[in-house]
Amino acid sequence: MQNNDKNAAVIRVMLAKIGLDGHDRGIKVVARALRDAGMDVVYTGLHRTPEEVVDAAIQEDVDILGISLLSGAHMHIFPKVLELLKAKEAEDMIVAGGGVIPDDDVKELYQMGVHKILLQDTPPQEIIDSFRQLVADRGAR
Amino acid sequence: MINRIPSMELAKRVREGHLRAIARLITRVESGGDPEVREALAELYKSTGNAHVVGITGVPGAGKSTLVTQLVHEYRASGRTVGVVAIDPSSPYSGGAILGDRIRMGDLVSDPGVFIRSMATRGTLGGLARSALDAVDLLDAGGFDVVLIETVGVGQDEVDIVRAAHTTVVVNAPGLGDDIQAIKAGVLEIADVHVVSKADRPDSNKTIQELKAMLMMSLEPGEGIWRVPVVPTSSEKHTGFGELMAAIDRHAEHLERSGEITQRRHQIALTRVVKVAEEIVRDNFARDSRSQTEELLKKVTQRELDPHGAAVTLLKAMKETIHEAH
Repeated sequence: MQNNDKNAAVIRVMLAKIGLDGHDRGIKVVARALRDAGMDVVYTGLHRTPEEVVDAAIQEDVDILGISLLSGAHMHIFPKVLELLKAKEAEDMIVAGGGVIPDDDVKELYQMGVHKILLQDTPPQEIIDSFRQLVADRGAR
Repeated sequence: MINRIPSMELAKRVREGHLRAIARLITRVESGGDPEVREALAELYKSTGNAHVVGITGVPGAGKSTLVTQLVHEYRASGRTVGVVAIDPSSPYSGGAILGDRIRMGDLVSDPGVFIRSMATRGTLGGLARSALDAVDLLDAGGFDVVLIETVGVGQDEVDIVRAAHTTVVVNAPGLGDDIQAIKAGVLEIADVHVVSKADRPDSNKTIQELKAMLMMSLEPGEGIWRVPVVPTSSEKHTGFGELMAAIDRHAEHLERSGEITQRRHQIALTRVVKVAEEIVRDNFARDSRSQTEELLKKVTQRELDPHGAAVTLLKAMKETIHEAH
């Protein structure tokens, strides 16, 4: 799994927990899986605001901003994050979501501009594969 | 596919303090830095040399990230902007890393006067020291008044990074049992300022006294010599961070007043040039590992040629074909 390709940049991911959601077991498992797949993972810790997360993601210049939500606040938080990214001219950042999100909302989130939703039962390998695919599709930056 | 902004264009924006441009150029440098990126960095280097660069090191668990967070608050309160380059170790198995400093520095975001960038030791394809110090240059050129580099004080690369700072702060924690070990490892000598963190703990006095005693022994007599201070800090009680900033400022003044800053700049230039040269050689070595190198290695294993002779031959041959960018 070692990244031996000298020309390939290491994929940088920020994993964020926003708002009043204290469930971080899942996101830590994901962080570990992505690290073991050779990615650099920045974890924000719990109870962040959308502003804090977007500012940090821009400074860290991550390829993917992954937000885990198990609080039901996804329809408030994702639009806010997308809006902030746009306001800060960072709309080329890939936004992914995970956690517990109803199917209807998933559809709506995709329409809004969230690139990928991976729900709570997604196996780690699938997350790794889809992250790699998302970055490959975006191309060099 | 997205529209890739040329690095020279980004360099222009860096000079205007555009945070996103700084962030993107750091990424490009970290990814190996092709000639187009190097060219932009070379141009930006002319705009550096204004920031005071502070290296912060110490054993894992000494409280470096907490200290950096508090120190940034002090600098902000004094009206200065701060860039932070925080280096975390990568997994030696996958090369990936979990960069956790963001958690501890959480309360610093959403302030445009603070820029924090996490770096992994192995995520850098072109070598850690070069990437980290290029990142420092980018923050310097971007107009930050102070740049802090935080790294674990293990490994030569990490020590070299800290030595490429104007002021080096070594963080010691009480009760880690490494007081004497730290001295053995030569960490005592590289410190311009010593911090004893977690000073609210009862055993911190012992660490402070031990450090002071060691510093006394190595003290040279004379006027105008920098006396390395020992600053106790406690994030629990919020004490000592103002004193720490003052000690760093005093050291900066001392460098200017005594003229030592000239030597320090010379030392930093030397460290950086040698580091990059080492990397170029190593990279070229890896590049043509098939042809000539293999031949030479065979001769060395068969005792036809000694390692020194082989190295000299290799360097002579490399001179003709050196790859500048890698």
